[in-house]
Amino acid sequence: MSERKIRVLIAKPGLDGHDRGAKVVARALRDAGMEVIYTGLRQTPEMIAEAALQEDVDAVGLSVLSGAHMALVPRVLELLKANGQEHVKVFLGGIVPDEDVPLLLEMGVIGIYGPGTLSDSYVKDIRKAVLADNT
Amino acid sequence: MVAVDLAQRVLAGDRLALARTLTQVENGTEEGQLVLNQLFPHTGKAHLVGITGASGTGKSSLVNQLVRHYRKPDPGETSKQVAIVAVDPTSPFSGGAILGDRIRMRDLAGDPGVFIRSMATRGSLGGIASATSALVQVLDAAGYELVLIETVGAGQSEVDIARLAHTTVVVEAPGLGDDIQAIKAGIMEIADVLVVNKADLQGVENTERALRSALNLSHPRPRRLLHHGRLETIDEESGSTHQGPMWQPPILRTIALDGTGIPGLSDAIASHRAFLESTGGWEERERWRLQTEFDLLLQNSLVENFLAGLPGDEYQQVLGALLERRISPLQAVAQLMDDAI
Repeated sequence: MSERKIRVLIAKPGLDGHDRGAKVVARALRDAGMEVIYTGLRQTPEMIAEAALQEDVDAVGLSVLSGAHMALVPRVLELLKANGQEHVKVFLGGIVPDEDVPLLLEMGVIGIYGPGTLSDSYVKDIRKAVLADNT
Repeated sequence: MVAVDLAQRVLAGDRLALARTLTQVENGTEEGQLVLNQLFPHTGKAHLVGITGASGTGKSSLVNQLVRHYRKPDPGETSKQVAIVAVDPTSPFSGGAILGDRIRMRDLAGDPGVFIRSMATRGSLGGIASATSALVQVLDAAGYELVLIETVGAGQSEVDIARLAHTTVVVEAPGLGDDIQAIKAGIMEIADVLVVNKADLQGVENTERALRSALNLSHPRPRRLLHHGRLETIDEESGSTHQGPMWQPPILRTIALDGTGIPGLSDAIASHRAFLESTGGWEERERWRLQTEFDLLLQNSLVENFLAGLPGDEYQQVLGALLERRISPLQAVAQLMDDAI
């Protein structure tokens, strides 16, 4: 009963409709023993922050292939903070140009995982980041 | 101290505190138990509605439409605060889960009068998780007037929901089985309201007819559902408080995609509540639920205490004798009982 499960929200903000990557990540996290709340396509940052709050997740994974990540990601971070959830770890997947990576990491994103990433790497990163807070 | 504070915040409508409490309660932490103790006197007001049925019959979509209706009711009715607990299965291999019920509930986003919480079964087989009942208590205390509990895709024996909910809605869809499926034991028997969803599909008449004939074959009688789906029939002499008319489950057609039939479903759920309240069934269901929960906790803690009180490796020795087939399981229990006394 008293097991501690890592809960992760996987969301696709913005307007692109390619959710294969998000589903692959959701599946890999499930296989790593995490509880994954999958919210589907075309979510606004407001919807994502609200779901993260109600589900009390430890981490939020955003998949963006539309190029709008520099608008969407800061907004999600801002809303999480406004809701009192600054402890929630945010990671990113999709197509992110190299020059944006340092900026996103500086904003507080814990990792950016593009095409070709092995699932071990983000599973390990998420677990480490979440458990670091809980010990 | 912290628990009291958290409980106060939940009662005051703080959604972050509510979400954190649900996590603590679901994980069975000490803090979660303390908060639940604080909140329990505030429970007992919400109408608990279970939504169950096979995978792909449209439970989540139906919940989405139903809650939209509760939030924007017909003129003259007041809108209700609604919470949803959506249960999906835990993988028996990894212990992980994909909780996807929110995908169908996107219309409800941004409404402060709705709270959606997904949970995994974490090994329970009855269609809901063992902590579902406790989560529902927290949401009840937080002031949600209606709590909808969506089970995992349920087939025939996932009937624990009937023990938890006041009103159980069983969702069917055309083309899933013949009339023998409908008269088999289990999920059909727990329905207070039957819904044939996807009523725009071919075969809806056949499905409805099969359900209707199954209902006509059954003879309603007062009974209560015990743990793990065990039914106990209450005979008249044993002092059942339940008398008078029996509830006949209505069969409704809905199309969750466009909302057809949703006001009728909402009315049927309300009628069932009114029926329970006018016949004493409400108190009866409350009593069974709390008594079952009490009994279960008592059993668990008795077993725990008993095992803790056994000398040293007694349990292992008796288990060893059992594994070597020197004694039967019944003898093993008898031996432990004798030794303890």
